[in-house]
Amino acid sequence: MPLPLLLPALVGLVFLILPLLALLIRAPWRSLPDQLTSHEVWQALQLSLLCATAATAVSLVIGVPLAWLLARVEFRGRGLVRALVTLPLVLPPVVGGVALLMALGRNGVVGKWLDDWFGLTLPFTTAGVIVAEAFVAMPFLVISVEGTLRAADPRYEEAAATLGASRFTAFRRVTLPLIAPGVAAGAVLAWARALGEFGATITFAGNFPGRTQTMPLAVYLALQSDPAAAISLSLVLLAVSVAVLAGLRDRWMTAS
Amino acid sequence: MTRSVLRTLQVTGAATAALLVLSACSSDDSSSDDSSSAGSGSSSDKLSGTVTVFAAASLKESFEKLGKQFEREHPGTKVTFSFGGSDSLAAGITGGAPADVFAAASPKTMKIVTDAGDAASGTPATFVRNELEIATLPGNPDKIGSLKDLTGSGLKVVLCDKEVPCGSAAQKALDASGLKLTPVSYEQDVKAALTKVELKEADAAVVYKTDVKAAGDKVEGVAFPESADAINDYPITLLKDARNTATAKAFIALVRSAEGQKVLTGAGFLKP
Repeated sequence: MPLPLLLPALVGLVFLILPLLALLIRAPWRSLPDQLTSHEVWQALQLSLLCATAATAVSLVIGVPLAWLLARVEFRGRGLVRALVTLPLVLPPVVGGVALLMALGRNGVVGKWLDDWFGLTLPFTTAGVIVAEAFVAMPFLVISVEGTLRAADPRYEEAAATLGASRFTAFRRVTLPLIAPGVAAGAVLAWARALGEFGATITFAGNFPGRTQTMPLAVYLALQSDPAAAISLSLVLLAVSVAVLAGLRDRWMTAS
Repeated sequence: MTRSVLRTLQVTGAATAALLVLSACSSDDSSSDDSSSAGSGSSSDKLSGTVTVFAAASLKESFEKLGKQFEREHPGTKVTFSFGGSDSLAAGITGGAPADVFAAASPKTMKIVTDAGDAASGTPATFVRNELEIATLPGNPDKIGSLKDLTGSGLKVVLCDKEVPCGSAAQKALDASGLKLTPVSYEQDVKAALTKVELKEADAAVVYKTDVKAAGDKVEGVAFPESADAINDYPITLLKDARNTATAKAFIALVRSAEGQKVLTGAGFLKP
């Protein structure tokens, strides 16, 4: 085995694993049960799970059709649209939060009308958290589904069309079952990203226990006063992440 | 002609250098902390290098001004700042973040650093105090006149998180007046709370007087008498692991000097 490859590889491995190990080593195991059964932790965890799931649902409803549009419809500027869709992937989440405030805040470009017409304001609400998480997480789903769609053979849809199915029926009955694994993988990725979302959430939705304080926000604020609590909260998020990876394992392991 | 000018310059240059070396030696001999840090004698003590100052978010405008002034008075020095919630700064310092000076917005957050043994010896000095004020939308459309007005009706009020000095001060003021206030959000530092009002997302925030002043006409300040119960002391200290002790000390001296106090009180801070 060539040493110039093996050595950096080991360094890389240690670099990625060491921080997680340190979290386990420094965890306050003795007080952990108390920490994790506290009301605040459950509140934050419940809110996190609820919001991440809702954000994933939103992403599925509007993200899958968007992926279909990008993969199956030829139109001018498709490359540009795809680039715009993936922009939130690389945008710092805090910037995303500021942008959301400008768009959907009480005084925002669109948010102003929402407030005037429907009395609807998103900042400082649980709905605001879902919006922020969906904004950051949906591109993961779109990219994943679009890739699967491109790999899927369009002739199945064409065959369905020759047999008299409308384009929508063909999508629903033929394409969707075909790409289901890709949709599922994209949804899990989006869900995991939404669960860990911090910057856009605290910027757009603020921080209030039980309403907008998700786990990452609770970890951040706990770190300032009670590092032990922060470590316990981090362990919970770590456990959830590991569970997500285990759920994805089949797909990733078999793919490689 | 030009050659002789050059020569004179060289000679004076050498002479100045020699003088600097001499004065550096002599100041070394009688190194009492105060004499080396008087703002006026800038040319005699040769300060250089970068000073990293961790300072509470509310100090941003005044410290940036003082930093520029310091760099002007001591060519060759550079003052870099990290502004944020005092708690996260303190957590950063105890976690090993490289900083020379820490200026906190409360003795409690300073205590985190001194308890961890990360401050240089000696008690941190209080250099200013700050008072709370209510920041409202320009023109005060909700006609907020007192702390009590914030508790009523469908007002969207943001407070700082209780862990952050401005949040614990606001809580103290509310407790002292027996008021119960449910905000829409507990923000991570005072600037974040103020921003929510500047962007008109919230109707009011309880922040420092200095922040209201710094925001100009984007918000309107409403003073309230209960703020007297919750005046924050701002301590400053040199850190134990400072890499540039002399320059850091000189910066602290500038902050505490009459000149520095003028900048700080100009920004709305109270004298210690």
